[in-house]
Amino acid sequence: MASFLNAYVAPKKDIPRGAYLTTSTVVAISMIVVWCALSYGGLVRADFLPTPGAVIGAAVAGIDDGSLLVNTTVSVTEIMSGFVIASILSVPLGILMGSFKIVEAAIEPVTNFVRYLPVSALIPLLILWVGIDMSEKITVIFIGTFFQQLILIADVSRLVPQDLLDVSYTLGANRRTVVARVLIPATMPGVMDTLRVTLGWAWTYLVVAELVAANKGLGYFILNSMRGLFTEQIFLGIMVIGLLGLITDQIFKFLRNRLMPWAASS
Amino acid sequence: MLESVGLAAAKLRIEGVALRFVPKTGAPVTALERISLDVRDKEFSVIVGPSGCGKTSLLRLVAGLIEPTEGAIWLDDARVTGPGRDRGMVFQSYTLFPWLSVQRNVEFGLKLRGVPPDERRDIALRFIAQVGLDGFESHYPKQLSGGMMQRVALARALANDPSVLLMDEPFGALDSQTRSLMQELLLEIWQQSSKTVLFITHDIDESILLGDRVHVMTARPGRIKEMVEVDLPRPRTVDMLTSEAFMTLKRRIMHSIHEEAVRSFAVEEGGR
Repeated sequence: MASFLNAYVAPKKDIPRGAYLTTSTVVAISMIVVWCALSYGGLVRADFLPTPGAVIGAAVAGIDDGSLLVNTTVSVTEIMSGFVIASILSVPLGILMGSFKIVEAAIEPVTNFVRYLPVSALIPLLILWVGIDMSEKITVIFIGTFFQQLILIADVSRLVPQDLLDVSYTLGANRRTVVARVLIPATMPGVMDTLRVTLGWAWTYLVVAELVAANKGLGYFILNSMRGLFTEQIFLGIMVIGLLGLITDQIFKFLRNRLMPWAASS
Repeated sequence: MLESVGLAAAKLRIEGVALRFVPKTGAPVTALERISLDVRDKEFSVIVGPSGCGKTSLLRLVAGLIEPTEGAIWLDDARVTGPGRDRGMVFQSYTLFPWLSVQRNVEFGLKLRGVPPDERRDIALRFIAQVGLDGFESHYPKQLSGGMMQRVALARALANDPSVLLMDEPFGALDSQTRSLMQELLLEIWQQSSKTVLFITHDIDESILLGDRVHVMTARPGRIKEMVEVDLPRPRTVDMLTSEAFMTLKRRIMHSIHEEAVRSFAVEEGGR
């Protein structure tokens, strides 16, 4: 036992793959077992903790009447619109901000102020300015991701080694070609990583976005289920959001390795 | 003008160059002062000096990546005003473009000036073969060792056919065995191509083994202390490192540098 511990708890040392998978599986199954024991065993009230069966039932019902698909589609549309608009603006601006001091001077102070404003605090203003339809939800997602992306991508751009640009000049490049053929490609792996991380954050803003005047969407679905104490539906909504977040994350990971085989893996 | 014989043969002339700058915090720094030297056509010229003597700054000045506070640099009687492909450079850090294969890295400069793809490929393959990397054309830099990356960097600089090749401690990050092999490879390539080279190092052995002339630099502010003619025969090999003639030169340069290192060390420690 002592030697087992010695071998498996050394900092930063690899452990056998079998031991790794076993540990992951045991923990995951244990959580489900504890959940089953607490809920089926009647140790916790069903209002607080639904049984796994009840959550599956809610999923089947949601699929049957089509409401789950509608809510998911609405949420995915909101997230993707907000995220894509934010990315289209933040990627070029962030790259410029990290490499051109004049752009940094213009944008960074404002960005650093705005990104610490809680998005939820801006909602009353957004309702006033944008209204209460889908564009308000998209704006919430946009604000939640754009400023974070900007700062992270500026850092990626800042970290491109000066020597990489300098060697290009000595090979005959001018400023324009250095930006187009060296600076931008050099930032791409970091940009992909930033997009991947911030897309995860975008999902966390969903419920905030659908807090006000929503009548569709997973965030709305969760809030609405709370009013009727349909705990199994709350669980379902949370799980679907978690699952979609995981799927989009994996898609990004796959794309990065596929599009940039030359980069160190993330 | 009295030195017209020397000047006529000079490929690259550094004339009374000084470099001063004001850091964001602290007092103004004089990195280089009254530097004058010339590099003859087809010469292998080496600048050796202790760390922090400003030798890298001097090379970046020649490359046109920074501007001198005083003085001027002339290449083929044209004044250097900015970077250009006539002064190819190999850096100490690994500067291959990670997103390009070995071949595309070597083709980079050729592509910039619109050399057609077929011709580009032929030139690239020739230089890749010359640095002994045939078979690695489609590898990405991350798949290469440090020594291989520096060989590609050398091929990339040479493929662009610069008028002068600037090398900033290109083997500084390599282990000593790889470094010896790289020195021999560089000597061989230089002998074939008869390029003018300005090479920077803090390694005295390296400076003597490679150079026709070695310029010894002082530290803070960097000045050229003396110039040593290396009269060892060519072609040179690493066996020469133990010869009597080599040792004599080494003692002389070592003594010169040691004096300087002690002085700058004392200044640094005293400044604390």
